[in-house]
Amino acid sequence: MSELGAAALEDIEIRLLLEALYLRYHYDFRHYAPASLKRRLRLARDQLGFKTISALQEGLLHEPDMLPVLLGYLTVQVSEMFRDPSYFKAIRETVVPHLRTYPSLKLWIAGCSDGEELYSFVILFREEGLEERTLFYATDINQEALARAQAGVFSLERMQLFTENHRKSGGKSSLSDYYSAAYGRASFDKSLRERVVFADHSLVTDAVFAEMHMISCRNVLIYFDRELQDRAVGLFKDSLARKGFLGLGAKENLRFSRHAGAFSDFVREEKIYQRRAE
Amino acid sequence: MSAVPLEAVVIGASAGAMEALSALLPALPQNFRLPVFVVVHLPPDRKSLFAEIFQAKCRVPVREAEDKEPIRAGTVYFAPPNYHLLIETGRSIALSSDEPVLYSRPAIDVLFESAADAYGPALAGIILSGANEDGARGLKAVAAAGGVTMIQRPDEAQAPDMPLAALAACPQAHILPVAGIAAFLQAL
Ligand SMILES: C[S@@+](CC[C@H](N)C(=O)[O-])C[C@H]1O[C@@H](n2cnc3c(N)ncnc32)[C@H](O)[C@@H]1O
Repeated sequence: MSELGAAALEDIEIRLLLEALYLRYHYDFRHYAPASLKRRLRLARDQLGFKTISALQEGLLHEPDMLPVLLGYLTVQVSEMFRDPSYFKAIRETVVPHLRTYPSLKLWIAGCSDGEELYSFVILFREEGLEERTLFYATDINQEALARAQAGVFSLERMQLFTENHRKSGGKSSLSDYYSAAYGRASFDKSLRERVVFADHSLVTDAVFAEMHMISCRNVLIYFDRELQDRAVGLFKDSLARKGFLGLGAKENLRFSRHAGAFSDFVREEKIYQRRAE
Repeated sequence: MSAVPLEAVVIGASAGAMEALSALLPALPQNFRLPVFVVVHLPPDRKSLFAEIFQAKCRVPVREAEDKEPIRAGTVYFAPPNYHLLIETGRSIALSSDEPVLYSRPAIDVLFESAADAYGPALAGIILSGANEDGARGLKAVAAAGGVTMIQRPDEAQAPDMPLAALAACPQAHILPVAGIAAFLQAL
């Protein structure tokens, strides 16, 4: 038998773990971008005190309590309110005038993490007078993140950055109008959640659930391989009304996508696309 | 220096990066055939001028890396601000917005470790001037995979901490002035 290098062995271990995660819990990470996934699995192995990824896999199979812990490593919960302020400015200045022409609206924040992006949109829509006619859908596969999004509580330290971002996005009010501060925490007003539906939904394994006027899915596709990106973008295509809008993260685009033809550039530099009317 | 022909170069720099890179990248000949990936620590603004500045100064194509793009020979890729730059084993570029590593995003360790996985012994890792410890772990990973490791001479670097930390983690690395590293690359 020939020697197998440590790297090749680790790749086998990773494939087996992802297969176990899918077969046992129906979470499908098999087509996530591998380099970043590998890095986070190594981090989980080391920080959870396992010697090998195989040992981590055994723990995962036999201890359901480990599932949320591992999902915490495999899904990246890095976000900000009004992240990339110029994106929100473009939404405000160029997308909102179109949305105003509809009597009722549906907006989907896919991969909402702890809710930073969701609250940004609700506040922006309130400022622009669109909130009352809008139903917001906020979805993610990480249930702990969804619960935090539903609670709307963030560390007070982050408010300086969020306030600055909000201002740069063309904010027409003061962010502090929307939260109350106590014990180092900022709790966002529950009125912001009145028109929000929170749901556990995977872009990998779940289907279309409503017809949307706009979908914002930022910094999620970057974690998928091209095949999976195609699946997710196909889902967006099928979920969007004619001339509906799709917003992606600053470093994501439809250029390599099988469905690129179904969309046109709307604000190119901000990765805002419009569904073609056909 | 390497057992196999080199296929890629990774470079990490922080404080003093402009000076060190200015002595290194413009020295690459027009027919240089390896891709070069560079992480420079930057403030997290949307725009970085590094790619633009070096485009004007270099004889090889220089660009900011894009997610999922196939790797082109003889091209210098800069990590965009606020994203980690990784190399996939299938030899394409990946970006991620994972947590900062040692307060840095992009982080040198993240690039070097993923490139070491992708290229194994066919990789050269270079640590230049900088005022923190990022890159030390990454350079060690390059060495462990059998790649070539080089560190800018600490007494020549504008900020010696990063070269010194890399040297402590990776004592077998070659210590060279930037001119020596440039000569090594030119001879490839
Ligand atoms: C980096 S965060 C992005 C948060 C926010 N959209 C932003 O741009 O700031 C990525 C989010 O995608 C979620 N995610 C990962 N895989 C997913 C999937 N298959 N379906 C839906 N959400 C997913 C993660 O749980 C995480 O909350």
